Amino acid sequence: MKMYLAVLRLRLNMGMQYRAAALAGVATQFFWGFIIIMVFEAFYEHAAQTPPISLKELIQYIWLQQAFLVFVMMWFRDNELFDLITSGNIAYELCRPSGLYGFWYAKLLAQRLSSALLRCFPILIVAYLLPEPYNLEPPPSIWAFLLFLSALLLGLLLLVAISMFLYISVFITLSPMGSLLVFGVLSEFFAGLVIPVPLMPVWLQKIAYVLPFRWTADFPFRVYSGHIPEQDAIIGILVQLSYLTVLVWMGRKALNGVLKKVVVQGG
Amino acid sequence: MIHLEGISKSYKIAKRSSGLRQAAKALFYREHTTINALKDISFSIKQGEIVGYIGPNGAGKSTTIKIMSGILVPDTGKCTIMGYTPWKDRTQYVKNIGVVFGQRSQLWWDVPVIDSFELLKDIYKVPQQEYKSTIDLLIETLELQEIVQSPVRQLSLGQRMRCEIAASLIHNPKIIFLDEPTIGLDAVSKIAVRQFIKTINKEKGVTVILTTHDMNDIEALADRVILIGKGTLLYDGNLEELRKQFGTTKIITADYAKNTDPIQIPGTAALSWTPERIVLSIDTERVKPSEVITHLSNKVELLDVTIETKPIEDIIVQLYKEYQI
Repeated sequence: MKMYLAVLRLRLNMGMQYRAAALAGVATQFFWGFIIIMVFEAFYEHAAQTPPISLKELIQYIWLQQAFLVFVMMWFRDNELFDLITSGNIAYELCRPSGLYGFWYAKLLAQRLSSALLRCFPILIVAYLLPEPYNLEPPPSIWAFLLFLSALLLGLLLLVAISMFLYISVFITLSPMGSLLVFGVLSEFFAGLVIPVPLMPVWLQKIAYVLPFRWTADFPFRVYSGHIPEQDAIIGILVQLSYLTVLVWMGRKALNGVLKKVVVQGG
Repeated sequence: MIHLEGISKSYKIAKRSSGLRQAAKALFYREHTTINALKDISFSIKQGEIVGYIGPNGAGKSTTIKIMSGILVPDTGKCTIMGYTPWKDRTQYVKNIGVVFGQRSQLWWDVPVIDSFELLKDIYKVPQQEYKSTIDLLIETLELQEIVQSPVRQLSLGQRMRCEIAASLIHNPKIIFLDEPTIGLDAVSKIAVRQFIKTINKEKGVTVILTTHDMNDIEALADRVILIGKGTLLYDGNLEELRKQFGTTKIITADYAKNTDPIQIPGTAALSWTPERIVLSIDTERVKPSEVITHLSNKVELLDVTIETKPIEDIIVQLYKEYQI
């Protein structure tokens, strides 16, 4: 446990070094958030029938998405891990008395946490202070807020578990670009980051509901706005937990499998 | 302590010749060749030994180190180190060993070196007290005072290497594997590193296995050398034996007052000759150096004479030649 905390601390220290990147990120996310909100506003004004999610809820969805971007985006990656695998420096990681899965999981989690800590608060605060109807509102009840928090954190754990497969695939392909594109596009789309899941056609929604991706972003954001009622949220959290268990288990298996075959060449 | 028996390892390597056509062909069909990196390697090492593991490029040195540190699984053979089989009991076993891969890095690139050390402390669960005393010793003997506060990206190769060595020793391992630890070090750092290896070997009884291409490292440190070539064990014994076996040649350089007659002495071979100087290679089993000098002084007016033993480097070259590797 202490080891994981140490990794987290070191990562946080490192993340703090990149203040300019964080600032730039905040600015970009605001810009982006506004554009998307305006696009949806235009769509909503001329909607022929009532959309399945209200504009108010959608705005909450978008601001949360921007604030917690590094919690939900697959492309936010640790290039160091890729380098480790392709360059063979992984030799050192294999000489450590800890399981590689846990260690890397902690590294990836820490990286996302440290970036989010720097970025989310400015966005959240400013989004609260924006004029109606563009502002972020408090959740409908303290219950909804607590459920949102647990759903968001579980979503983060789930996303890291999914992203582990990305790193495992590099053991076989030796280049992260392919898996990154495939994983990135798929997960982003089905997590509702391009079009919110409720706005997708029904047949696409069905696919999205089966896959694990939407539990990382779409689900917590809709719990926050109250679009998913509290009772359903509790069931959703249970689904998140089971997905997490299964994915971590599979990830461990897969990693142990590739490690048996890995050959560190040269040097 | 360390016991290897019949270890073999082969790699499967895809190969193709150069050119676009070959590259296109390789999309559909790839040829593989099998390289036998290690063939039936066996040896034992006792606690507290310093063993130099030498061989030409591609001989299988690093492969052996990787097998012994649990990173690679051999095809066949048994390896028992401190009662563990490295690749089977990996997590239990690696607590007891420290590894330095000279060509790789284990330090975090972006943070001060000392932060990496602290992380390793937590990874290996080293108690604070013990960590403090170890780190003080490491910083002092490897002369890291000036550099532990700097981020790794700002260090030179030699500085980084000393930090890498320190990082591998934070958990007080009982065995250390050093895979080319003196790459890129200047003379001063090299001596510091050698001195340091000697110290921990003597004071803490650490077993050291070291691969290197710098024969001075071997000469300064190792009592025992293991020579490997093309995956086979060729020599295992102490350095003196090796020297005796191949080092019967000595080099005599003589300066003398100008003499234009060529000099010929039985049992010697002239490596170079000028009217003022001659360099002779002699086989001490056939002729004694004193006889050669007597011979020389009879013929010319000697000004200066030096006798050298064949450098260990040449012995190694000769060995490589002899075994055709």
